[in-house]
Amino acid sequence: MNLLKRVLGIVWIALGPLVLFWLIRTGAGEIAKNPTANTRVQWSVFILIFIPIVVGLVLFGYYSLKGEYDNGK
Amino acid sequence: MSSKTAAPAKDIRKIIIASSVGTLIEWYDFYIFGSLATVIAGQFFPKSNPTAGLLSTLATFAAGFVVRPFGALVFGRLGDLIGRKYTFLLTLILMGGSTFAIGLVPGYERIGFVAPLLVVLLRLLQGLALGGEYGGAATYVAEHSPGHRRGFYTSWIQATATVGLFVSLGIILLTRHILDADTARSIEKFNDWGWRIPFLLSILLVAISVYIRMKMQESPLFQQLKTEGKLSTNPLKESFGHKANLKVVLLALFGATMGQGVVFYTSQFYAQSFLETVCKIDFDQAKTMLLIAILLATPFFVVFGGWSDRVGRKWIMMIGMLLAIATYPVLFRQMLSISSPEGRTELNDQKEIRTSVAFIGGSRDLIRTSSTLHHYDGGMLVTETQKDTAYASGKAAAKPVVTASRTLGTGDYWKMVGVLFLMVLYVTMVYGPIAAFLVELFPTRIRYTSMSLPYHIGNGIFGGMTPFIATLLTTITVGNKLVGLWYPIGVTAICLVIGALYIPSRPRELEG
Repeated sequence: MNLLKRVLGIVWIALGPLVLFWLIRTGAGEIAKNPTANTRVQWSVFILIFIPIVVGLVLFGYYSLKGEYDNGK
Repeated sequence: MSSKTAAPAKDIRKIIIASSVGTLIEWYDFYIFGSLATVIAGQFFPKSNPTAGLLSTLATFAAGFVVRPFGALVFGRLGDLIGRKYTFLLTLILMGGSTFAIGLVPGYERIGFVAPLLVVLLRLLQGLALGGEYGGAATYVAEHSPGHRRGFYTSWIQATATVGLFVSLGIILLTRHILDADTARSIEKFNDWGWRIPFLLSILLVAISVYIRMKMQESPLFQQLKTEGKLSTNPLKESFGHKANLKVVLLALFGATMGQGVVFYTSQFYAQSFLETVCKIDFDQAKTMLLIAILLATPFFVVFGGWSDRVGRKWIMMIGMLLAIATYPVLFRQMLSISSPEGRTELNDQKEIRTSVAFIGGSRDLIRTSSTLHHYDGGMLVTETQKDTAYASGKAAAKPVVTASRTLGTGDYWKMVGVLFLMVLYVTMVYGPIAAFLVELFPTRIRYTSMSLPYHIGNGIFGGMTPFIATLLTTITVGNKLVGLWYPIGVTAICLVIGALYIPSRPRELEG
């Protein structure tokens, strides 16, 4: 179980930047489709609030990889 | 807290009532804004003014989602520094005052740009207050409860979020229908000024709740730490600056509250919006079906909360998430099927066409409303309404507005209630035990701060974003009405894996 948690740590570390990339790409596409202030504000708020969450997910993955969540720790 | 130092059963009932009533009112205050968003938009955010439109977006996003975690930090810190009692008294007054004030703000037509600006500021205060309230109430009740009943007692706090939604929907429906003997006129009056009543009513509810809360004592565990001089001097630094606690905060977020928040918002809010905008169910019928489903499912908050004292918190929440992932597509497809006239026989002899013409406001412009009523077997009624405007000045008429709404027959009505009930039942599974789960993760000196942040990121951001992201997905991938479910299913699945693998099964005692 501990090994699985550590291996999954890599998945969580990779997932963070992937999610952020998807958000930025989709946001840019939506703004290009409908370039109003409303769309810009919506997507800017959206991306800004997810940045710290993505950092948190990467950190969670890092702790997981380092064995911080191992049983008995 | 050990059984020896817990409050007696009689006192704990008073504590639960005092805490729950206040939290319920806060949810009520928060939800009425969301439920009346369309009416409020018409009053404060006219589409003709782009800046007002922008403020509308900010009111929806910033206050609903972004501000809640900030409220959690601000009031969580206060709660760990000065005490639970005064902090959640403050959040209640802030929320009630803001809600009441929204009901008093004159419309855009009277004071112009100041109106939407005031509404956004008041909505921000609402979001901040909500961010501080829940953690305080959950911590307060948990710190009075014996360990073997903590899940049961805190589940009453958990039920308040859903009951708050129930009360807000109920009061809105009631107000819409009591302003005039004629329903159409009553709704017209409601949209004009009657929408203010649910906001103004809040001040009465808050006054009662403040009175009750003023009489309460500080949490015994917090009081003990204070007497011993062991309070945290910097709860934010201790909660998020120290790895030992930060890793637990991250686990609480990614392994529990993220999935719980998404299930909560999908089952109660996205389902509601899906009923009205995709299934085209009549507004009043959609609201009453949800009300009945909530009423039937609400006791299960306490059932699952109490059960978690015996079998553990973790697996009840995880099974709730698993059920949601596995059955959301089936349940939403069922909603589409129940509300569709396809495959039904139209009763052509009962088809009706109603036309009315009326002046718009005090002008000489005319609006013609033409409704065609299609009756189907099983009692379904589909109403197609077309509105044309004729201007006295001879200005070219605007494009006619065509809307359709469906009213279900009795059998389909109850089938839909059944589907909604199942979805709210999942909410009770993931949400009933979570307060006890969260308070047991963190030490008393930083509990309010540490549990509030993951809760409000999970619920405010991951959960609150659900209707927006789900709707967005339907616009990106046209043709598949269920594509919006990818977001809640994806997020809940990740949360389930993390929760099942990483969260330890056994809770701990609440000592210092």
